[in-house]
Amino acid sequence: MQSSKGFSVKTIVAIGIGAALFVVLARFGSIPTGIPNTNLQTNYAILALFALLYGPWAGLLIGLIGHSVADLLSFGPWFSWIIASGVVGLLVGLLTRGIRIHDGEFGGKGILRFNIAQIVANAVGWFVVAPVLDIVIYAEPANKVFTQGFAAGGMNIVIVAILGTLLAVAYSKTRTKRGSLTREA
Amino acid sequence: MAAKLLAYFDTGSPIHRLNGVTKLSVFLLFSVTGMVIYDTRCLLAMLVLSLSVFAWSKVPFKQYSFVLYLILIFSALNQLAIFLFAPEQGVQIYGTRHELLPIAGRYTLTAEQLFYQLNVLLKFAVVVPPALLFLLATEPSEFASSLNRVGVPYKVAYAISLTMRYIPDVQQEFMNISTAAQARGIDLSRKEKLGRRLKNMGAILLPLVLATLERIEKVSAALELRGFGRNRRRTWYRSRPLTRRDIVVLICAVLISAVAFTITFWDGSRFYNPFL
Repeated sequence: MQSSKGFSVKTIVAIGIGAALFVVLARFGSIPTGIPNTNLQTNYAILALFALLYGPWAGLLIGLIGHSVADLLSFGPWFSWIIASGVVGLLVGLLTRGIRIHDGEFGGKGILRFNIAQIVANAVGWFVVAPVLDIVIYAEPANKVFTQGFAAGGMNIVIVAILGTLLAVAYSKTRTKRGSLTREA
Repeated sequence: MAAKLLAYFDTGSPIHRLNGVTKLSVFLLFSVTGMVIYDTRCLLAMLVLSLSVFAWSKVPFKQYSFVLYLILIFSALNQLAIFLFAPEQGVQIYGTRHELLPIAGRYTLTAEQLFYQLNVLLKFAVVVPPALLFLLATEPSEFASSLNRVGVPYKVAYAISLTMRYIPDVQQEFMNISTAAQARGIDLSRKEKLGRRLKNMGAILLPLVLATLERIEKVSAALELRGFGRNRRRTWYRSRPLTRRDIVVLICAVLISAVAFTITFWDGSRFYNPFL
């Protein structure tokens, strides 16, 4: 049911509520790893999942809106990382186009593609975009921002690989497979 | 875990009576200016100004105290990290070296480093008061219409207001599921090992995500039934015309940003160098 122009209504609602979920999990859903100040952020699993389900624009906007609001509700906006979150959502959405998860098709191939997509997206977002913008905007020391970027990116890849895949598989199981009905003779 | 997220509360101050569009524009202007410039004088002036406006808005302290603590912790850690990773960054930027206090090995406290880190702190601090003001002193239903007025497509603006609307609901749902799971012995606390904790978090996320997806279906069906998104434009229940006061504030904000840019780039560099 595409609306006359632009996003479908479902995409808009998915962006809004997806970003709300992202914010709530940013606040309550992080797991400390034991290393000070480094948490496993479960909200990035949600970002990847929603980008997979609702496409690149939803991914971009959930990343931007969710991260902005989460930052505003905790310690104020840190723009370089907000933009990086948006880029991650956008790339996951773009690279997973064509996975027909809504038709219940998310087998080994789909899982592999989803994970390659998320690794590429997280690598671009956290190893490149976030640190470079940190340097451009805040003139922060390069070795610091790249260390932070690699730590955050690495952990996000792990969390999406585990939780994101798990959630996507569970979702695909709730969908009826296309052509699953057979005619009885 | 009952930490309340920031909430709107009308103190009746002149800031609260300003149009949402005005507050949003000032926030955006200050953010962009704060991001680009690195001139200490301008940043300081902007910070003093936005802090006094913040004080004027009479937002009660307990509404943002939690946020304030987080900001302090975050900035302290960030400052420490900068020093640990690059104790000579300031020397590199400003080109001179005034040693103050040798600490150990390659770590020597220099005046340049202190000044540089002060600038990083200022750049971050400048954005916080306008951001908080937009969040705390704008009626939530005016949010979306303000965003739409400054050029954000109305569908995106509506998505943002949906986010604000559904944060408390999703939070409640998360709490319910997590309490129910804990009652069944799924431990999320520090006592569990990391791998186990991750698995347990998955056990909470799964119903939460499936419930959220169902909620998305319901809300989008409701919106579609009401004909949302049919037209290229829409009107807003909460949208007021700009008053003269709004226009004055907007002009002032634009002037301040323009002056800050001019002063900063007068000598062709975004840094202000007091060491030359």
